[in-house]
Amino acid sequence: MAISIEDVEHVARLARLKLTEEEKETYRRQLSDVLEHARKISEVDTSDVPPTSHTLPLRNVFREDSLRPSLSVKEATGSAAWAVEGAFKVPRII
Amino acid sequence: MEYETIIGLEIHAELSTESKMFCGCSASFGGGPNTKTCPVCLGHPGSLPVTNMKAIEYTMMLALALNCEITPRSVFHRKNYFYPDMPKNFQISQYDIPLSTDGHLDADMNDYVRKVGITRVHIEEDTGKSIHIGESGRIHGAEYSLEDFNRAGIPLAEIVTEPDIRSAEEARAFMQLLRATLEYLGISDCKMEEGSLRCDANISVAVDGKLGTKVEIKNMNSFRSLFRALSYEEERQRFALEQGGGLIQETRHWDDAEGKTHPLRSKEEAFDYRYFPEPDLVPIEPDPEWVDRLRENLPELPQARFHRFMEQFGLARDIASMLTGEKALADYFERAVETGQGPEELAKWIAGDLSAMLREAVVPIQHCPVAPRGLGELVALVNQKVISGKMAKEVLREAFETGKGPQRIVDEKGLSQIADAHELEVVVDEVIAENPGAADDMRTGKEQALKFMMGQVMKKTRGKANPEVASRLLKQKLIGRE
Ligand SMILES: [Zn+2]
Repeated sequence: MAISIEDVEHVARLARLKLTEEEKETYRRQLSDVLEHARKISEVDTSDVPPTSHTLPLRNVFREDSLRPSLSVKEATGSAAWAVEGAFKVPRII
Repeated sequence: MEYETIIGLEIHAELSTESKMFCGCSASFGGGPNTKTCPVCLGHPGSLPVTNMKAIEYTMMLALALNCEITPRSVFHRKNYFYPDMPKNFQISQYDIPLSTDGHLDADMNDYVRKVGITRVHIEEDTGKSIHIGESGRIHGAEYSLEDFNRAGIPLAEIVTEPDIRSAEEARAFMQLLRATLEYLGISDCKMEEGSLRCDANISVAVDGKLGTKVEIKNMNSFRSLFRALSYEEERQRFALEQGGGLIQETRHWDDAEGKTHPLRSKEEAFDYRYFPEPDLVPIEPDPEWVDRLRENLPELPQARFHRFMEQFGLARDIASMLTGEKALADYFERAVETGQGPEELAKWIAGDLSAMLREAVVPIQHCPVAPRGLGELVALVNQKVISGKMAKEVLREAFETGKGPQRIVDEKGLSQIADAHELEVVVDEVIAENPGAADDMRTGKEQALKFMMGQVMKKTRGKANPEVASRLLKQKLIGRE
C-alpha cells in the first residue's frame, strides 16, 4: 500500500512535526513498507479470532470512588516553564 | 418546496462522583486553579490511570434509564489533539466500542410524543478550563491563556442522539426530560449554567426529503439559549436555501447577548483525532448480575412519574409535566398529598402561586419556607370555608415570607371568615338600615344594588364575611327569596 507525500505532510502536521523534503521521502517509503507489512498480515484468516485491543489477559480493573490527596498548587505548577497565580500560562492558542 | 429541520444532540453530563475518573483528586466544582490535581490528571510521565467504578456504574444507570443495550465488552480510546486544555495531549474517551448503544427517550410534546433514538452513551474524562487573557477576552486575539486542570479528569457521560428531533421546541423538551432523568437518577448536578450539563447540536434543513448541510452549534448554556440558538439557526438555514444560497459544513458558536451564531475555528483543523485503544486501561466487561441489579434498582423515572401523576391524581397533562420535570417539586407535591387534601387543588397551588414566589425569591423548592404540610393546611382552610380563596393567596404569601403556618397566621390576624349566619345577620341588618336607598333598589330588582350591598357587608367585616352566606341573607331580607 503506497503512501503519498501529501499523506506524510498531513500526518506531520497533526503531530506538529516539521520535515525536510528529504525526510518526507524517507518517511513516505518507510510508512509504505509498514503498511505493506500490515497488509500481508491481514491476509491471514482471522474470521474466528476476536480483535485484540489489549495484550494483557485482564479486565475490569477498578478502584473505589474515594479521595486521595492532591498535589499542592506549588508542587503542581512548580516545574512548569510558565505559571501565574496557580495557573499554567500558555502562549496564545489561535 | 418542503423544508424539514433535522436536529441531533450531543450532551455531556458531569457525573457527581467524589473523585475523578482515573485518579483520587476531588471531582467537586470550584476552588482555586490547580488545587485538585495530581500526576495522573496532569499527565506526568509514568503515572497510570485507574478507572473509578462508581463512574462506570453511574453511566450504566443512565444507559439503562435511556433503554440502551450495555456492551458486553467495551474499551477506552485515546483521542489525540494538540490543545493546552489537556496536559497529556489526549483525552481518554470511548470510540468504536462504547459502554452502551441503541436506546431511546420519548419526549412528551402535549399533543404528540417525539421518540428520540439514543445512538450511544459512553464514558470519558472532562478537559481542563482555559481562560484567554487579552484585549477581547475571547480566544481570538488573546495574548496568552491560563490553564486550570481542576476539571481535567472529572467523569463525563456523553449521550449522542439520532437525528430524530424536528424543531427547537422538541430539542428543548428532550433536553429537559434528559436533565430530569439525570436528576432522578441522582448521578449529576445538571447545572447548565455551571457547565455540569452541556449540549451541542447538529442541525440541518432537508428540502423535499433531501438531506441538507449539517452545521454544528456550540456554546448553548441554558435551555433558553438552546431553544433560541436552534430557532435562529433553523431560520438562517431556511433563509439561505430560499435565496438559493449554499450552506457550508461548519461549527458555529452561539452568542447569547447578540442572539446570533458565528462561525468558529475548530480545535484541530483536520478532524483527525487518531483514536487508538488506551493501552493503560483494560476492557470493561460488566458482570450481567451487576447490570441486572442496577436495572432492578433504577428509581421511578420522570416519564413514569408523569403518567402516574395523571392516572393516580387526575392531574392535567401540563401540570403533571411541570411537577415531574423537577424531582424535588414532584416530591414536594407527593408529601403535600399525604395531608389528605385534594391533589388537584394542591397541584394548582404548587404550579401557580408557590412556584411564582419561589421564582421571584430565587429559592429552590428544597428550601421552600412553606412546608408541604403547611400547604395542606392552607387548602384545608379554604375547603372548610375558614378563609376565601382570595385570602388564601395572602396567607400563602405571609407564610412564605415569615415561615409561619397558615393556621397560625389566620388565628393571629383574625382572618377567619364569618360564615355564622347569626353573626352575619347583625351586620346585614345594619347595612340595610344605613343604606335605605340601595335597599329599595334591591327590592325593585336592580342587580347593581346587590353588589353595592355586598361591598358594604365586606367593608364592615373587613372582607371576612363568607360571600355566599352574606348574599343569601341579603336576598332573603330584601327580595324574600334566596
Ligand atoms: Zn488527579
